[in-house]
Amino acid sequence: MAATYEPIATTTLGSAQSSVTFSAISGSFTDLVLIIDGSFTAGGGIDTQFNGDTGSNYSRTRIYGTGAGVVSNRSTNAGTISHGYISTSRSNTIINIFNYANTTTYKTSIGRGNAADARVQADVGLWRSTAAITSITLFGGTFTIGTTFTLYGIKAAV
Amino acid sequence: MATTYGAIATVTVGSGGAANIEFTSIPQTYTDLKLVYSLRNARNLDTDSISITINTVGVGTSLSLRGNGSIVVSFTETKLNAGRVVSATATANTFNSGEIYFPNYASNVNNKSYSSDTVTENNNTQAFQQLDAVLYPSTEPITNLTIFGDNGNLVEYSTATLYGIKNS
Repeated sequence: MAATYEPIATTTLGSAQSSVTFSAISGSFTDLVLIIDGSFTAGGGIDTQFNGDTGSNYSRTRIYGTGAGVVSNRSTNAGTISHGYISTSRSNTIINIFNYANTTTYKTSIGRGNAADARVQADVGLWRSTAAITSITLFGGTFTIGTTFTLYGIKAAV
Repeated sequence: MATTYGAIATVTVGSGGAANIEFTSIPQTYTDLKLVYSLRNARNLDTDSISITINTVGVGTSLSLRGNGSIVVSFTETKLNAGRVVSATATANTFNSGEIYFPNYASNVNNKSYSSDTVTENNNTQAFQQLDAVLYPSTEPITNLTIFGDNGNLVEYSTATLYGIKNS
């Protein structure tokens, strides 16, 4: 049977690092899934940029709970999409990026942040570009040693 | 091409119900696990939750976000949350929908952090959507998973499938 869900690239940090980039992403899939499992030296969201675009072309809407309260907020004309949340304890964030290779529509994403000692969070993101996504850069803090990043591709048809 | 996303096992509850659904001897050949479930509880209370055990242990840190259509709350618990379950008072033939994602489940170095999303939509007066962030504080690889209602048995046709995902 042909595979419809395939690993594209994976990285496990051998030392603390402030950013990770997946580049030369093939356009042969329909959607992307990014799994980040690890910790930050200080808790925070994972800033995400596509194709090295540092312009004010990103927006996102978020809801999160801290155990004591619930917050929803938005960010527009931003320089990144802040997806999910990684804390100083083992935590994970899952980012789904939809129809990433098309050259007609702006690109949308959903992030789920899972830091049991800090936040449970969901984000929706928008990158106002019709360019196909060929690279993803993740930053926003210092990822600790042993943090893993895996990018999967999903095909709608084979 | 090798399978990178494969079904490990499916369990469906038979007539008479069951206290839980259990997956044992989980192979260590994948990178991540995804547990997908459709469950209904036998108890007449529509605010019942579901939980899991990992390697037969049910203690950890859960941080949850739950909405019921009118309000949203966030809370912490010391069990391994897996959302809410459709109860016996809900519309007939409705079951919850849920999935849990376990990254790096076979690691013997790191604690296990997982993500859980569930809904109990049943076209009745109340339904829940719940997101859980959970930390299971053990570096042991996950070899056994059990999912169960916190109160009452799972009814017939409740089902769960465990998938394995490889990163190479």
